[in-house]
Amino acid sequence: MTNYNLTHLHQLEAEAIFILRETAAQFERPGLLFSGGKDSIVMAHLAQKAFSPSRIPFPFVHVDTGHNFPETNEFRDSFVEELGVQLIVGSVEDSINRGTTTEESGPDASRNALQSVTLLETIEQETLDACLGGGRRDEEKARAKERFFSHRDAFGQWDPKNQRPELWNLFNGRKGPGENFRVFPLSNWTEMDVWQYAKLEQIALPGLYFAHEREVLERNGSLLAVTDFVTPRENESSATETVRFRTIGDATCTGAVRSSASNLEEVISEVAASRVTERGNRADDRRSEAAMEDRKKQGYF
Amino acid sequence: MGEADAYLDMDLLRFTTAGSVDDGKSTLIGRLFHDSKAIFEDQLEAIERSSRKRGDDNVNLALLTDGLRAEREQGITIDVAYRYFATPRRKFIIADTPGHVQYTRNMVTGASTANLALILVDARNGVVEQTRRHTFIADLLGIKHVAVCINKMDLVGYKEEAYHQIVAEYRDFVSRLENVTELTFLPISALKGDNVVERSENMPWYEGPPLLYHLENVYVGSDANHVDARFPVQWVIRPHSDEHHDFRGFAGRVAGGVFKKGDEVTILPSGFSTRISRILSGSEERENAFFPQSVTILLKDEIDVSRGDMIVKPNNQPKISQDLDSRICWFSASRKLSRGGKFIFRHTTKEAQAIVSEINYKVDVNTLRKVEEIDGFEMNDIGRVMLRVSQPVFHDAYRSNRNTGSFILVDPFTNETVAAGMLR
Ligand SMILES: Nc1nc2c(ncn2[C@@H]2O[C@H](COP(=O)(O)OP(=O)(O)O)[C@@H](O)[C@H]2O)c(=O)[nH]1
Repeated sequence: MTNYNLTHLHQLEAEAIFILRETAAQFERPGLLFSGGKDSIVMAHLAQKAFSPSRIPFPFVHVDTGHNFPETNEFRDSFVEELGVQLIVGSVEDSINRGTTTEESGPDASRNALQSVTLLETIEQETLDACLGGGRRDEEKARAKERFFSHRDAFGQWDPKNQRPELWNLFNGRKGPGENFRVFPLSNWTEMDVWQYAKLEQIALPGLYFAHEREVLERNGSLLAVTDFVTPRENESSATETVRFRTIGDATCTGAVRSSASNLEEVISEVAASRVTERGNRADDRRSEAAMEDRKKQGYF
Repeated sequence: MGEADAYLDMDLLRFTTAGSVDDGKSTLIGRLFHDSKAIFEDQLEAIERSSRKRGDDNVNLALLTDGLRAEREQGITIDVAYRYFATPRRKFIIADTPGHVQYTRNMVTGASTANLALILVDARNGVVEQTRRHTFIADLLGIKHVAVCINKMDLVGYKEEAYHQIVAEYRDFVSRLENVTELTFLPISALKGDNVVERSENMPWYEGPPLLYHLENVYVGSDANHVDARFPVQWVIRPHSDEHHDFRGFAGRVAGGVFKKGDEVTILPSGFSTRISRILSGSEERENAFFPQSVTILLKDEIDVSRGDMIVKPNNQPKISQDLDSRICWFSASRKLSRGGKFIFRHTTKEAQAIVSEINYKVDVNTLRKVEEIDGFEMNDIGRVMLRVSQPVFHDAYRSNRNTGSFILVDPFTNETVAAGMLR
């Protein structure tokens, strides 16, 4: 008898493709939130598979904090060109200049929280009714109860008490005027699944994820890259070390790890042995245990 | 195959957990995570901080599985939470549902995608009302494997008699169930770790494997229906490019059975027959497709096919009807289900209107008795109703196929999902 079992990666793939197609079918104008990080790259890869040989039938949306690593934007631009999709950039800088949000002050100011405002403005401007995000439930406690189709009210807010139950393969994307959805095709993936799938499918990832030499400094227990936005303060000194990133976001608060893992195989072995979650390196999540939940309620991805 | 490639052989098990409050569910999950090294240092630090804040003496592993802040503050879990861990053999997805009376809907939700139900019984209390309710829901939702963990064996002196008495009690009522085909009993102590990951030395009389071994090895490959071929069309791919000028692909997820290149197929509702010319996964050509793969099917002849249609085999067709005999679980707190109620009906990739034409009975989930002559359902009620749908529905009995036998009802005004249904 033939074996009709699928490996865990192929089951996760099939599920994510189903969600991506369901999003295209149930919404009028979805967008794919593309940060340039591995989760959104994997999601884009799955979207390409879902609609092949057509082009991906929705635009990519990048919320640009202005604090990116230069490599992120280079990767983004060539990736988008290769896929032939439209790129919409929402700029946090513009929101600040318009006065719809204000820069945080203080020594540990970051623009991560400001992304919510820019995202909501972009959603409104582009009349997007669903935004596909690469969020995974294993990332953070507050995400464990997140739905695949996550309803947001007309203010873009997430109400943990008012989420729709999701049964079987049946997803309810119906909504009232002004409301929209966040959709998370990778909900059931873990960090490890993402790395393994990237290897299985030979997905090209930005060099930031692999060991390279870089000038870094240590702050609040995180290893931050020295960039235009992060420079040593008094009592801090920088040094060149061999590091890589487990997540890529705002350069002001994305921590690097010391590592010599230079390819996917080595990264997978390293993640398997690691005793710290990938978000453990993110300064913004360290502020408080409920940090993520608060940001989600305000419309953070 | 090297160690780094071992994941290419891993499969997936989805299970749901249930137990009354304080049976030790959170401790058990914490233990599975801890002993399989799925807890990270920063998570452990966070729960250590919370434990101190609450004034707990020990690090409370149960806090690891507590989600949102409101719940953390109230000290209760109020919704389904999904958790993940993996061993070299399998990835596990746990649908963790609370055990309170009022949360039948969460249990139904968690069970809908699970292959296995893990039910906790406190060795001191034996089978209680909640045990029966959880088992009934697992069975109703078509779960074929039930693992009954008789927990807190340390508190009954690890005695064999205590275990056997509970096994006998449980077997007694489980004989009435329909779907459960495999029942496994395990005497454990979640707190001390007996028979969770390692075999217990305190219970030499128990000959079975520890829980994790069971979870890693339970065979779920034949649970899905690989006989009756069903392909609900989800999306039509038409590139409109010069290169793929005539390309028309029907994208979807196989809901049952196997489709092969060259197979003769019938399209519902039109009834036209043709053959499969190609099967694609991304840009890769495939010889066949089976549940639960997401693929794109191309047909030999140009036939009008759209979302909501179903591709099947000419000699094996689903039931087609507008009147549906179904079991439902009612989810809404604000609206009651009553005769004549109108809803949006979602089944496979199809959406239609439905009217409740008859309410037959509800089931008292504690006694498992039918309650007849009722005028409606309130939140968490489970029972049998007849629906009249605005279009013919291509379906199978839920018992033979979960994907083509399930539906949800959506309130047309609030857009909320108000009921989950299983077709007879
Ligand atoms: N002695 C003993 N106590 C246990 C065992 N499992 C759980 N407990 C205790 O029972 C209480 C309730 O456990 P918890 O995991 O929070 O239960 P839940 O409500 O089902 O999640 C806690 O005080 C646990 O320490 C066990 O196997 N033996």
